[in-house]
Amino acid sequence: MKVPVAPPRRLVEVEIDGRSVRVPEGSTILQACRAEGIETPTICYAENLTPVNVCRVCVVEVEGARALVPACSRTVEPGMKVRTDTERVRRSRRLVLEFLASSVDLSLAPDLHRWQEVYEAHPERFGALMEPAAEGERDGREPGRHVPVEPGTAETVAQPVKIDNDLYVRDYARCVLCYRCVEACGDDAQGTYAIAVAGRGFDARISTEFAVPLPESACVYCGNCIGVCPTGALMFKTEHDLRREGRWDEARQTVTTTVCPYCGVGCNLELHVQDGEIVKVTSPADHDVTSGHLCIKGRFGFTFTRA
Amino acid sequence: MFGAGGGTSSYEEVEHTDLIVLWGSNARETHPIFFHHVLRGIRNGARLIVVDPRRTSSAAWADLWLGIDVGSDIALANAVGREIIVNGLHNETFIERATTGFEAYRDSVMEWTLERAERVTGVPAAAIRELAHAYARADRAILCWTLGITEHHNAVDNVLALINLGLLCGHVGRYGSGLNPLRGQNNVQGGGDMGAIPNKLPGFQDIERDAEARARFEAAWGVPIRPRYGWNITQMFEAMERGELTALYVIGENPAVSEADAGRIKRLLASRETLIVQDIFMTKTAEMAHVVLPAAVAAVESEGTVTNSERRVQRVRKALDPPGNARDDIWIIAQLAKRLGFDWGEVTPRSAWDELRSLSPMHRGMTYERLEELGGIQWPCPSEDHPGTKFLHARLWEEDPARRGPAAPFSVTPFEPPVDELTEEFPLRLTTGRRLDSYNTGVQTSRYRSPLRLGGAIEVSPEDAERLGLREGEVVRVSSRRGSVRAPVHIDRGLRPGLVFMTLHHPEEVETNLLTIEATDPKSGTAEFKAAAVRIEKLPAGGAAAGGS
Repeated sequence: MKVPVAPPRRLVEVEIDGRSVRVPEGSTILQACRAEGIETPTICYAENLTPVNVCRVCVVEVEGARALVPACSRTVEPGMKVRTDTERVRRSRRLVLEFLASSVDLSLAPDLHRWQEVYEAHPERFGALMEPAAEGERDGREPGRHVPVEPGTAETVAQPVKIDNDLYVRDYARCVLCYRCVEACGDDAQGTYAIAVAGRGFDARISTEFAVPLPESACVYCGNCIGVCPTGALMFKTEHDLRREGRWDEARQTVTTTVCPYCGVGCNLELHVQDGEIVKVTSPADHDVTSGHLCIKGRFGFTFTRA
Repeated sequence: MFGAGGGTSSYEEVEHTDLIVLWGSNARETHPIFFHHVLRGIRNGARLIVVDPRRTSSAAWADLWLGIDVGSDIALANAVGREIIVNGLHNETFIERATTGFEAYRDSVMEWTLERAERVTGVPAAAIRELAHAYARADRAILCWTLGITEHHNAVDNVLALINLGLLCGHVGRYGSGLNPLRGQNNVQGGGDMGAIPNKLPGFQDIERDAEARARFEAAWGVPIRPRYGWNITQMFEAMERGELTALYVIGENPAVSEADAGRIKRLLASRETLIVQDIFMTKTAEMAHVVLPAAVAAVESEGTVTNSERRVQRVRKALDPPGNARDDIWIIAQLAKRLGFDWGEVTPRSAWDELRSLSPMHRGMTYERLEELGGIQWPCPSEDHPGTKFLHARLWEEDPARRGPAAPFSVTPFEPPVDELTEEFPLRLTTGRRLDSYNTGVQTSRYRSPLRLGGAIEVSPEDAERLGLREGEVVRVSSRRGSVRAPVHIDRGLRPGLVFMTLHHPEEVETNLLTIEATDPKSGTAEFKAAAVRIEKLPAGGAAAGGS
């Protein structure tokens, strides 16, 4: 069989935390760290998306560099000296985690809880949480008109859940603005561009055009935004309803990988089943056919399996 | 093609080619995740050219859209071929070494000047020229098609006309160059590969011509196999009309709704001596059956394999128990065999697969363990140390004639217009297709609450709507030579004047197949769903709701 192979990649030697490491040319610092078993926190990074460098929680120190660099996107260079566990790195990561945890509901992001412990983050030091915004209030905020909260109170993104269709909900009180949904909706997968980041500073938020409800937007309900969301801000309506009723129980769920019953592309589906019902559908991010992304039929068209 | 019934390329190659041509395919909506690979190709610098009567959401991504008149694909392909040849852009070395029949093909297309093709296809000559030059000059080019090519009375010639272009430019058998039918259903490829077509044994082995294969199956099954092609679905309905086919066993099909000229099909189904339907739902066809066998949902309630449009065999697995008395298809068939006097013992999906591997050389290396480990394997995979095959027909590029194997034939493809002629009485061309959120006759997709759902409708161009005085949502009567339905109007700016569009997704609301024509390709048995002649009439004010009549 004749299959073109990429030209062999040179190995590059770098030093991470004093250890000499050889990785293929073009690897990121994150890949090099993971290959060495050095745990590195990430939030906005996903293996099936292009790094956007917004969360800054993966930053490391590179000798000779003025600022800390994001490990997820910085590629290694020969002789590079990287430190992942200096006080400067730890302080920076701790601050990122504290700012997020003090302003966003991270209760469905267990990884972030673990990282808060590792980096001794104390988000409570920013004071009591302010009252949630009224429905739609944050969507109307304009750049340059931000009203600061009272001293000693932590400003939050808390607001009511947006439920405007039968397939998925948007709970932006849980949104850390990692951009993953924007990337999946746009350049990195779906090419629909139904959502983007609107507003500035603390008023920045993920929004449809003019904050219209999803059914009036360009959304085609592929649910690829849900597939990449790390904090549960975007969620199947089935999951949202079960959680509200206190019936969502991952311990009792099975996940079975199969192939979508619709068109001939052959997308791999992971069917999450609880109590004999499909409650959620995902796709493996490392599969050649889908890279983790599906269409509306594959993602939501499973209710026919219910009697 | 050339002795192997499958697309030649992998999806991955679409990301690394220079030109992607979607011909009669609205992949953006009908193969959305394949289109993700197309989008990556575009981002990597590939041009996209779309040939489609409608300016679809796929065409919206294209560098060039050729708005072709329905059913004139052969005229367009032949003109593209001529333009390539007269400008000396064809790949002479490849044609010389790897093909036969070039001279006859060349002579046959010479009548298709750009000007003539423009008159017949409705595509401006400059656009035809641009497609020809772009395809011939591309280092690598992938040509894909779907039902826009195959749901015609001359489907096979349509496909052959496109294959001719691939052969002309050597755009086949190389990484990033290929010819690909995108399969409409999750196991259309696998069904054919498993022998669920009238002329092949499993593994795409010819039942008449391949005596050696026949002998292998006879030895394994212990029964003689008659070297005779069976009937395709259209021939079956013809045999019913002749009174030769009295009993019908339908598995997972809904012909009462899905076949063209539904009125005739229902009459024929209703008059069978025996009609057995095995399905996951009480479909319209099942309602007519003498015996209904409730089946498990293959992709969700049973184990097995399916094969996708890049020839990748993948495992399906059981996530749910089937409801009530529904049973796995394999179990039902084995039980039926037992009652007919053939005890196969316990048949499992895996034992059936291993039997297939022993009989089909192209599947031999695909153990369940390897399918699991490699995330699926692309056929052919002849042995357990073979990685599977990314693209087909690399042999055509071999220097050594012995290794090159049989040459790929050019075909002479004469143009024939659609059977259902446009006349003053039926002046509009009706074509059919799918929408993003729905699937076939809606048996599965009507059960989830899609915010995108449009419902059964007749889609018309803004120009025709204005001419006929039609408003969005207004219920009108749509009639063809075969039947008549009422449907609400939806105005679509992607349609050209004279072209109207319907789906098959909502037969409860609008039974589109009362209108379509059962003119069938004798070679493939596919009906001309894509080209009916219709007229639209306004209903008296306060007209009734949509529906069949």
